[in-house]
Amino acid sequence: MKPAKLVLGLSLVAGAGLAVAPASAAWEPTKPVEFVVMAGKGGGADKAVRLMQSIISKNDLAPVPVIPVNKPGGSGAEALVYMSKSKKGDNHTLMFTLNSFYTTPLRQKGLGVNIENFTPVMRMAEDTFCLWVNSDRKDINNVDDFVKAAKAKGKDWIMAGTGKNSEDNLLTDFLNTAYGLEMKYVPYKGGGKVAKELAGNNAHSTVNNPSEQLGFFEAGATKPLACFTDERIGLFKDAPTFKEIGKDFVYYMQRTTVGAPGMSAEAAAYYQGLFKKVFESDEWQTYRKKKALQGDALSGDALMSYWKKERDVHKVMLQKMGAIK
Amino acid sequence: MVEILGLLFDGFAIALQPTNLMLIVIGCTLGLFIGSMPGLGSVNGVAILLPLTALFPPTGAIIFLAAIYYGAMYGGAVSSIMLGIPGASTAVATTFDGRPLAKLGLADKALTGAAVASFVGGTISVVLFTFFAPPLAHVALVFGSPETFALMMLAFATFIGLGGDDIFKTFFSICIGLVLSAVGLDIMSGEPRLIFGEITGFLHGINFLVLAIGIYGIGEMLWTIEENVKAGGVNMMSEATITWERTKKNLWELLGTWKTMLMGSFLGYFVGILPAAGATPGSLMAYGIGKQISKDPDTFGKGNIEGVVAPEAANNAASTGSMLPMLTLGIPGSPTTAILLGGMVLWGLEPGPRLFTDQKEFVWGLMASLYVANLAAVIINIVLIPAFIWVLKLPFTLLAPLIFVLCLIGGYAPTQDMHDVWLMLIFGIVGYLMRKLDYPLAPAVLAIVLGPLAEPALRQSLLIGNGSFAIFFTRPYSGPIMVAALLLLFLPLFNMGWKRMRARNDSAGEWQG
Repeated sequence: MKPAKLVLGLSLVAGAGLAVAPASAAWEPTKPVEFVVMAGKGGGADKAVRLMQSIISKNDLAPVPVIPVNKPGGSGAEALVYMSKSKKGDNHTLMFTLNSFYTTPLRQKGLGVNIENFTPVMRMAEDTFCLWVNSDRKDINNVDDFVKAAKAKGKDWIMAGTGKNSEDNLLTDFLNTAYGLEMKYVPYKGGGKVAKELAGNNAHSTVNNPSEQLGFFEAGATKPLACFTDERIGLFKDAPTFKEIGKDFVYYMQRTTVGAPGMSAEAAAYYQGLFKKVFESDEWQTYRKKKALQGDALSGDALMSYWKKERDVHKVMLQKMGAIK
Repeated sequence: MVEILGLLFDGFAIALQPTNLMLIVIGCTLGLFIGSMPGLGSVNGVAILLPLTALFPPTGAIIFLAAIYYGAMYGGAVSSIMLGIPGASTAVATTFDGRPLAKLGLADKALTGAAVASFVGGTISVVLFTFFAPPLAHVALVFGSPETFALMMLAFATFIGLGGDDIFKTFFSICIGLVLSAVGLDIMSGEPRLIFGEITGFLHGINFLVLAIGIYGIGEMLWTIEENVKAGGVNMMSEATITWERTKKNLWELLGTWKTMLMGSFLGYFVGILPAAGATPGSLMAYGIGKQISKDPDTFGKGNIEGVVAPEAANNAASTGSMLPMLTLGIPGSPTTAILLGGMVLWGLEPGPRLFTDQKEFVWGLMASLYVANLAAVIINIVLIPAFIWVLKLPFTLLAPLIFVLCLIGGYAPTQDMHDVWLMLIFGIVGYLMRKLDYPLAPAVLAIVLGPLAEPALRQSLLIGNGSFAIFFTRPYSGPIMVAALLLLFLPLFNMGWKRMRARNDSAGEWQG
């Protein structure tokens, strides 16, 4: 396996060298690229990274293999510190990030991580969120029904989500404030587990990503009531946006490839080109469609200013929920 | 029933295609080797080879990965028995008796027992899987946090008495394991805990393998070195041999363990289908129950073949079982199935309740290939036993550095962090000292495996139940499990009381007469 890869790699380097002979000064990776995942194996981010890995190897987009490395510790703190301290100025390390990219450095000032130092590579998508209930609840067909049912239950209404102070927690707090509810937030490990708790009637509602509920939704076990998006999601035509029903609140989760802080400009340009190709590949586009992902490709300065804007938004949200001062 | 048989038959037509058959054989062999490395288990094997599957159609790809998974489950027992180092958490319980057997010069017996038990467990679970997937999927679905905690209680309860007579030392060992398992991010509060200031290496928690390889691998090696120096430099296992006669005798003796094998298979399967439990609690529980139903419980931990058979049947049964929530609910039952799940996304399949109706070819091709992979793995494994025995005959001076390097790799592989390698070496020294002072190590390992499953389940349940423990007893599934756990927990106490009462009556009778 290893010699075969090596030969393949060498021949690719040779081939690429011939093909782009005039621009021979262009930077290319010379050893396997480490692709750090800010989350554990088997989660949404991990699946996306492994998909990109296979897209790159299947279409021979890079002369070297891309190796996913999971660093899920401390809501991404481990990955962020690893990138900022151990991999500073490294041209062969990338990271795939979520919104913990903003919230973790905000909440843990002691980490000394400044996301403005990271190298923007490419935003591959924005994941969406919807409010879900079990299909057994025939009495709940829209947000009004939901509010009525949740109010009646008071503190015994259980909202399952992925960890304290996570995206799900932010959305739950929003719903509690916006509709005067007292839902109890119960954290679980991972969105898949959360989705299952709803399908098994161990929770009353969730704010899952569509991709996490898709299997149950297609089987008719769960249903979305409304989504935190700008426009309706194609897969769930009947579910309105919260905007439509009078609550101007949209929330997305970035799925972005980031380079190590202090990466050389040539390397950054190379990876931006590489991930543009990945973004445009049929496989990635199909995946986006199937998982109801939104958000266009975004890179360079535009991506950096997007980060800064999102960080400010999250700062306000975290302050409101009392997670930071 | 007839419909299922028809579908299964179609599945066999797929699994037995020459390419797929080849994939099964290659996968099993690769898995066996990966699994037999200490520290590298099915998770690593499946994760490393996942990108390769982009070259096959989905059915071929899952067959290949499932064969690796199976092979690795068989292989996990090899390093447990031969080196005393569990290759993966699923093979921990196998070391408890596998290693003593090898030390007695009966490595061949232990290896054969492990292979046969794995085959029995694997086959029984595939049959159960074939015929009872949908109703069992329902159980897995409604299984919530209170049920998970009740199950963990049951697992702890089955292990009562394992640590030996010194209750204080057993308790101490369990506490060490529980404290270590609490290191890292606490999902209930969203805050890191026990990270000793800001040591980033602790943020991902302490991987079970770091502890297991430390105390079993490094600790065991220090122990052996000491013994070796005292004994004047003999082999690690001087009497390891294998002959046809011995194999026949071993197989004959295995027939006598059929009850334990069946118990392990069913228990492993049912624990395996529960989301998030995976094969490890199943195999540990099977060991505990195996000891309690054994005619000869006192030799457990000193080299009883039933102590190898029970966990091995269970972990293979559970590895098949954990595919059930993966396929039907899209929830991984174990770390390995989490990767397999990722693989299904790569191949454009949507795991979930509709998979069984939408992707018949895929599901039944996989099922049939599980039957075939089981058979292939047991044959390959038994054929390779002489080679394993040969390795054991290497002089200790050659074997020790080799094991040391494997331990280092095993400590580094799960998290790819040097921090964990240092930690592992420290655990090695601590483990050695604990053994010197006669502290049991198994309870610590049990606690670090089950702790991270039990703790969030307990806190989620109490949060849902407004802080009342009644929630564990009022739900249809958790109630009976919890009662069973409490009964098991207090069984030794009742036994003791009963014996004392009888003794008193007897002596009273004597006095009268």
